[in-house]
Amino acid sequence: MSLMSWGMYPKIKNSVFKFNKNETLKQIINEHDDIIPYGNGRSYGDSALNSNIINVRPKDYFINFDEESGLLHIQAGVLLSEILESYVPRGWFLKVTPGTKLITVGGAIASDIHGKNHHVEGCFSECVQAFQIMLADGKVVTCSKDATPELFKATCGGMGLTGVILDAKIYLKKINSQYIDQTTIKTKNLKETFEAFEEYKNKPYSVAWIDCLAKGNKIGKCLLMVGDFRDDGKLNYTKKKQKSIPFNFPSFALNNLSVKAFNWLYYGKAKDGVSKQRVDIDTFFYPLDAICHWNRIYGKNGFTQYQFILPKETSYQGLEEILAAISKSGKGSFLAVLKLYGKTNDNYLSFPIEGYSLALDFKIEKGLFDLLDKLDEIVVKYEGRIYLTKDVRVNKDTFEKGYPHIETFRQFRKNNKMDRKFQSLQSKRVGI
Amino acid sequence: MSYVLIIGAKSDIAKATAREYAKHGYDLYLAARNSSELEEFVKDLITRTQQTVKLIELDILDYKSHQAVYDQLEEKPLGVISAIGYLGEQEKAQSNFEEAQQIMDTNYTGVVSLFNIIADDFEKRRSGFIVGISSVAGDRGRKSNYIYGSAKAALTAYLSGLRNRLYDAQVHVLTVKPGFVATKMTEDMDLPEKLTALPEAVAEDIYSAQQKNKNVLYTKWIWRWVMLIIRNIPEWKFKGMSI
Repeated sequence: MSLMSWGMYPKIKNSVFKFNKNETLKQIINEHDDIIPYGNGRSYGDSALNSNIINVRPKDYFINFDEESGLLHIQAGVLLSEILESYVPRGWFLKVTPGTKLITVGGAIASDIHGKNHHVEGCFSECVQAFQIMLADGKVVTCSKDATPELFKATCGGMGLTGVILDAKIYLKKINSQYIDQTTIKTKNLKETFEAFEEYKNKPYSVAWIDCLAKGNKIGKCLLMVGDFRDDGKLNYTKKKQKSIPFNFPSFALNNLSVKAFNWLYYGKAKDGVSKQRVDIDTFFYPLDAICHWNRIYGKNGFTQYQFILPKETSYQGLEEILAAISKSGKGSFLAVLKLYGKTNDNYLSFPIEGYSLALDFKIEKGLFDLLDKLDEIVVKYEGRIYLTKDVRVNKDTFEKGYPHIETFRQFRKNNKMDRKFQSLQSKRVGI
Repeated sequence: MSYVLIIGAKSDIAKATAREYAKHGYDLYLAARNSSELEEFVKDLITRTQQTVKLIELDILDYKSHQAVYDQLEEKPLGVISAIGYLGEQEKAQSNFEEAQQIMDTNYTGVVSLFNIIADDFEKRRSGFIVGISSVAGDRGRKSNYIYGSAKAALTAYLSGLRNRLYDAQVHVLTVKPGFVATKMTEDMDLPEKLTALPEAVAEDIYSAQQKNKNVLYTKWIWRWVMLIIRNIPEWKFKGMSI
């Protein structure tokens, strides 16, 4: 059975290898060039796709937990959701979590994922004390920021292109509730949105949903949601019953009109100005995980997420231009998520820089990639970059301009004979 | 403390079931041959759930040892789940009786030997639950796996009788009939996605059916209807089919 990514595009044939013991993995790596590790298939594009895939998801053992320091030792195939299920009731939470909990720890490191608290806590690599990785020659190395800084900087955010992560030690953070006090701020345009982000930037968690189809002086209107954990001692976190999308929707199901209706309902539901809610972890952090296979709403041709980030100085102008271009194109985006990011880190290919990022979903259809190419030009013009974890189509030139450390990364791969061994469709396209 | 005894603990369904029970606050005895291979898995369960987990060395084909294995459990389990299963090779088993016997003894004789002992104890204590993982393959013999299927059919009949016997003692018996499950056992087969369950989903179904004192569980649920159809194909038609 061939594996796909979350965007269900492209669909390619691949050979999937599983391993139980390190010796088996070593043999797989020895015998195959052109191979890429794969976790739970939640990256959107082709960063974990290739003709040869190493499935790391079955490596899902918890190894140890230190109650004193909150250091959790797990294998790389463990899902973040499994960590939450075991540790939220005991008063621990992930220091950094993305908008889905259905990703593996190995994937979190390889994408150096970030969350609603990036402006405070940074990327996932910040909570990684060490991890074990099997390199191109089959050697297993314990990697940490201090002991092997180059390998650490290359692997965190390195999209699986430096080797196969086997396990990791990550710090959890103490919480005293599974509930979050959320404040929702409804804004009328981009200017108000930016002001709201600035006003609430000391809140540890923040994210905004933007209505991408708004036109004229309403461009950039949003719902900004900020929040922090409560302190009420309620830690009764249990798995909720999931709803599921049982089959692919016909691709016409999602058109301009239905997206408009959705955005209107979503936006209309919120009270004007500032309102307050108490929400649980799943509602606040993982709203879409409640619907299994939500990727199927985009139809069988699949979809992609276009996520870019612009430096703070150019963010306002750049976003205005990009939102106008999207609005003009009439291509619907269900979700448009805007977020303010904190300081950039040292990792060669980590996505975040200090500034604003926007993420939009598009179903794959004729004319889409032309539109995205146009958006790329604006991103490049304003010195921004594209998020590899979401990407399935960016060209080499756009990619390189966004990532100034790419040469260092390439050289590191070459020196360690990783460049032919570990490759994905994406790494070949953008020439990593 | 409340232990559940899981036998055949190395199988993927058993491991998923162990996680499910530990998650719900049960302590575990994990019984298997060469049980020390499960030491890392024990650490996994403890790190996930803080429950007590103990390994029990058990060879299901060494019938004579079964009483001693059960007697050594200081605290008797409040339930037992058998995930013993050996698919074997049908073609080999047709001509090589040793293979056929291995399939029958593992799937049926061995489980009967152990369950007899446990059933007696539960009956005396008038409490406990027994879960036997059989298979939809036991619902009707097909040429592709009828040796395995016949052993599972025997197990299904045994569990049905056991349920009947233990009813008065309020010991509940659940027969589990998984369809296709994506495990080591079926790794090389090309299974239809819509009919194939993940071990974790099977485990959730088992836990929930056991807690509700269900009698027969098909998992995925659709297999109840698939097998209803397959059982009702007239024999004159069925004998010429390849399914």
